[in-house]
Amino acid sequence: MSLSAQPDTLTRTTCPYCGTGCGVIVSTRQGRIVDVQGDPRHPANAGRLCTKGSTLHLTAADHVTRQARLLTPMARAQRGGVPQPIGWNAALEQAADRFAQVIREHGPQAVGFYGSGQLLTEDYYVLNKLVKGLIGTNNLDTNSRLCMSSAVAGYKATLGADAPPACYDDVQHAQTLFIVGANTAWAHPILLRRIEDARKANPALKLIVADPRRTETAEMADLFLPIQPGTDVALFHGMLNVLLEEGLVDKAFIDAHTDGFDALCEAAQACSPAAAAALCGIPLDDLRQAARWFGGHTPTLSLYCQGLNQSARGTDKNAALINLHLATGQIGKPGAGPFSLTGQPNAMGGREVGGMANLLSAHRDLANASHREEVAALWGVDAVPEQPGLTAVAMFEAAARGEIKALWIACTNPAQSMPDQATVRRALERVDFVVVQEAFATTATCAHADLLLPATTWGEKDGTVTNSERRISRVRPAVAPAGEARHDWFIFTDFGRRLEARLPERTARYRPGTRTLFPYTTPESVWMEHRASTRGRDLDITGLSYHLLETRGPQQWPMPDGATQGTARLYADGAFPTANGRARFAPVAYAPVAEPCDADYPFSLNTGRLRDQWHGMSRTGTLGRLFGHVSEPAVELHPDDMRRLGLAEGDLVQVRSRRGALVLPAQASDAMAPSQAYIAMHWGPEYLGGQTETGDPVAGVNSLTQPAGCPTSRQPELKHAAVHLAPVTLPWRLLGLAWLPAEQALSVREALKPLMGAFAFSSCVPFGREGADGAHEVGVLFRAAAAQPVDAAMLTALRALLKLDGDDVMRLDDVHGGQHRAMRLRREADGLRLIGCLLAGDTRSEAWLRPLLQDGLVADAYGRFLLAPGATPPVAMAARGKQVCTCFNVSESAITTALSHCPGNDDERLARVQGELKCGTNCGSCIPALRKLVKRHPVPETQS
Amino acid sequence: MAKLKLVMVGNGMAGVRTLEELLKVAPDLYEITVFGAEPHPNYNRILLSPVLAGEQTLDEIILNPLSWYADHGIRLHLNRRVVEVDRRRRVVVADDGTEAPYDRLLLATGSSPFILPVPGKELDGVIAYRDIADTNRMIEAARTHRHAVVIGGGLLGLEAANGLMLRGMTVTVVHIAPWLMERQLDQVAATMLQRSLEARGLRFRIGAQTEALLGGDDGGVQAVRFKDGTEVQADLVVMAAGIRPNTELARRIGLLCDHDGRGGISVSDTMQTLTDPRIYAVGECASHRGVAYGLVAPLFEQGRVCATHLAQFGIGRYGGSQTSTKLKVTGIDLFSAGQFMGGDGTEEIVLTDPFGGVYKKLVLKNDRLVGACLYGDTADGSWYFRLIREGTKVAHLRGQLMFGEPAQADDAMGEPPNDVAAAPERLAA
Repeated sequence: MSLSAQPDTLTRTTCPYCGTGCGVIVSTRQGRIVDVQGDPRHPANAGRLCTKGSTLHLTAADHVTRQARLLTPMARAQRGGVPQPIGWNAALEQAADRFAQVIREHGPQAVGFYGSGQLLTEDYYVLNKLVKGLIGTNNLDTNSRLCMSSAVAGYKATLGADAPPACYDDVQHAQTLFIVGANTAWAHPILLRRIEDARKANPALKLIVADPRRTETAEMADLFLPIQPGTDVALFHGMLNVLLEEGLVDKAFIDAHTDGFDALCEAAQACSPAAAAALCGIPLDDLRQAARWFGGHTPTLSLYCQGLNQSARGTDKNAALINLHLATGQIGKPGAGPFSLTGQPNAMGGREVGGMANLLSAHRDLANASHREEVAALWGVDAVPEQPGLTAVAMFEAAARGEIKALWIACTNPAQSMPDQATVRRALERVDFVVVQEAFATTATCAHADLLLPATTWGEKDGTVTNSERRISRVRPAVAPAGEARHDWFIFTDFGRRLEARLPERTARYRPGTRTLFPYTTPESVWMEHRASTRGRDLDITGLSYHLLETRGPQQWPMPDGATQGTARLYADGAFPTANGRARFAPVAYAPVAEPCDADYPFSLNTGRLRDQWHGMSRTGTLGRLFGHVSEPAVELHPDDMRRLGLAEGDLVQVRSRRGALVLPAQASDAMAPSQAYIAMHWGPEYLGGQTETGDPVAGVNSLTQPAGCPTSRQPELKHAAVHLAPVTLPWRLLGLAWLPAEQALSVREALKPLMGAFAFSSCVPFGREGADGAHEVGVLFRAAAAQPVDAAMLTALRALLKLDGDDVMRLDDVHGGQHRAMRLRREADGLRLIGCLLAGDTRSEAWLRPLLQDGLVADAYGRFLLAPGATPPVAMAARGKQVCTCFNVSESAITTALSHCPGNDDERLARVQGELKCGTNCGSCIPALRKLVKRHPVPETQS
Repeated sequence: MAKLKLVMVGNGMAGVRTLEELLKVAPDLYEITVFGAEPHPNYNRILLSPVLAGEQTLDEIILNPLSWYADHGIRLHLNRRVVEVDRRRRVVVADDGTEAPYDRLLLATGSSPFILPVPGKELDGVIAYRDIADTNRMIEAARTHRHAVVIGGGLLGLEAANGLMLRGMTVTVVHIAPWLMERQLDQVAATMLQRSLEARGLRFRIGAQTEALLGGDDGGVQAVRFKDGTEVQADLVVMAAGIRPNTELARRIGLLCDHDGRGGISVSDTMQTLTDPRIYAVGECASHRGVAYGLVAPLFEQGRVCATHLAQFGIGRYGGSQTSTKLKVTGIDLFSAGQFMGGDGTEEIVLTDPFGGVYKKLVLKNDRLVGACLYGDTADGSWYFRLIREGTKVAHLRGQLMFGEPAQADDAMGEPPNDVAAAPERLAA
């Protein structure tokens, strides 16, 4: 930042992405966010940020806000119509009228609320009180159901409370790190930086990674266990048997602090080490080695995430892993413990306030009558409803059956993220009144709303969040809300008061002295009530205050009244929050995935994160630069499977499950095991389009996934669906690429979305380097395929949207041959640059046109041969190749070239390449990829 | 044994080329007599435009100097117009009474410019553009006058206009059709051409109908008036509104000619007139299968066929020509051939390049190239012309067609371009 551009203010807040919960410092100038830095004082990241966090300010740029945000309340006269602006008062009156009507006519069970682990604790608290306190239903669930509910259930089943016992610092103290079902390198990059530091500081540290995929995290491992999908319980039981055989269990700890070990041993008998190794598909020796390190090379810290959670046996998997920690006493001490990594920034906070269908405030249980009474007393109502609410999948299934008449969706995108999209679509169509409370107007769910309410988002919000290690941070506003956006807690408060006025039969049940359930004027006033509800609970934070968080920094709960600081790790005294103070072994049995592969559906489809994207991409998807790592949707397959299916790189393949089908390009990946397929969870209908066999638009990756889930946690098995793969013949291809003014690019992408359903396959993504010096243009890529050429009107529409119909456009049209090409060029100081192109029919020239356009190479030498077909460039050219480092835009070819003259051991060579190209020296997210390249490209041997 | 007598009426490019071909294959068969109405030996009429534009001199465009006629024993009568033929006695009579008997007669009388039947067409300063004399008058006019109007935006008119402009005149081209060179270009190419010529300084009145040429007291032309009442100042008016085959002599001696205004002398595939097999006709005066050609390449093809028959070989048939067009205005490249306007059952491939100022349209029918219209880059014109003439199937080439002849495909494509394809020149508009 130059001196003349000093920011007006610096604001400490947190990153809104994953559950690592990093602190950031936001620079604002004249009311605009201009930069973001890692907060060196925040314990979660100590100043570091990953690719996503370090580009947050770019997602808050004015042009992004103008084009992508929901800026005013909007209402649709009918479904499918264009929403029209409506004032806040009218919007909330309408919402209150409709909800009150449904509640009066059909009862409180006929309404549903679906929230998000991205809401702040304060938002969550008011929502929970609104639904359970005022309306009188427990039909409140959130996308945390898709994320952490198995972890919650696993902790409660074994340790007695939903509390991750460990903390990030434990990484530095561990001798063995056991990462299971987590690609930390991509999903929690800043935590991975700590792991790298710990390994550097302690060469004896052993890293075990168990994952069906050879992820970048797995590449780092000392021992990699490529287990078959869903076999985690067998692995843990097998390891338990090795621990028993080799005397590595902690008898003293078991006797002193646990119950049920014998039952567990009996349950685990079916999984002898050999049987477990066979089930998991790993060498027996490796399983034994893992167990030996786990029990013998201690302390041992397990880190796990959706691989355990998003499972039909999610609770069992969590519990079986915790069993190992209890059996070895690896809990409650530095460097030890079962540590669930949270997916969302505030899934923890949501759990704390009880914002789920089966939870109540401050880790109270709905099923517990005295807990219900405590909450009713805290809230000043006669009772909270007893009947468990509908959990996420069940809520949408009920809605699809017509049992939910009014649905309120806040801060989440179920039309993208829920499994079994066919059911979700039916639900959204069937519900009489759908409210979507959102920061972004671009999500798939917005298209189904009757009423759209603009919410504040990162940079504007005010409140608190809790990260994976129970650490509560203040979230502070750096700028004023965009447009007419309002804070979520305030929207719920306002709506709640209007609903109170319409439901006298409900307010009549308030306890004396309670005038309204929503007396809030500030987020702090909400939080104070939440704080009071934690008194005496495991997560007691009565010793905390906003003031303390702001002056002494983020704190880990519990921090009861009188405590001077938060609690780093739990259960150091061996006392667990169960009735008798002893932890319980969970005698779970291994069971396979809900939908085993068979002859008809022989592949196991796995879904998960990409390094540079987050969830439905409503935020990360606004930045072209975050598509530099993985630029377009694809299904990853083992190279042998590609060969067997006759697929070349990029060939289109239909992926079909029992619930839906979609077409996308196949990509060979050495991370994949045979008979497994992987599609990133991000590729929803906003980015991946196409038609079903019946001509309906496809709904992204989750048209394939599995609604069946864990019977205890109700978390759906998003990590495995049985699918069938078949190459498809769609010979007519289309590719549109264009640099567009940043002011227009996102709007163009929105305008392109409705066209995506017109093709058998389509995808639409941004590209580019926003934020780099002088980069005022954003790229848009539209790709499609069809059985035969589309009509001229479609091409005309595409050309118009991609600005390919001016006087500066070269064209080739062969209508009967189905070939259309258009090239837009701009004359710049050093020559002509290709700034847009449309290839239709034969798109093979993408091979050289795309680098020409994306790398901004001078195109003078090509002339009208830009319109030439074929993959061979008509003029020799040097493309940059795949981007590895997003921060400094360093390509793989540059890195391999540098490596060819960097001698030394792996670490020295990495350091030299980093020094030379700067790659991996900012956020560090690409370091695992760099290490992989270092290994793969040894220095050419010279004669000595 | 006495030689046969061959008399040729006309001393232009088609006729003399026929003699050259004949002399190559049968140098001693005939005693040859040539009557030429102009005072010049055979010159390259195509190059009158560069002469007008000042890019070449008259000397440089002489094809066959007088010595060539002498060397080949040809009796040449210049400035002689043939007025009569006694087909029974087989004698040709010129306007000065010169007679020449023949065994074979070759008519190569060419064509004349079409003069618009408008009032004032007889005024001084109103000329056609056909021969050296016309060219000299235009060069002279440009020395002394400022304003020229060229009626006709075809090849010839545009070349004349360009030449006059280069000689310093302010030139307006009047064209009645919706776009320039409508018989050689589609509207897109014509518009690009017009823009390019406008950028050079030419003015255009497209779609304007000439109502009258207005004269001054001195009997010289002063202005052109259009049907809409507007006028354009003119010291020189060049009529370039098309040509008519010179069939006056043929009709007088009873040879069958086509009926319409542009009809030529009807000839067979051996270039013999349908009426009298001793009489041949080649060039712009001939009508073969109903077509009178105005471009040089078909005329040379006719000449070659005609020569083989004159040589009594009895081989060779003229089956008609695919024609192609180029415009000789330096810096402007255009080319068209075949059915460039498309039509029923045709498919088009079109390329536009505003940066290179290039437009290319290829017309296909039944998997064969049947037409091409190129503007700005005509390098591939001869290849396309060859594909059109040879009727080559192009399915395997379709994607590459716009981007030139594939280097490796020489064998598949047959002969390299021959002289015919390489010389798609106008003989007259």
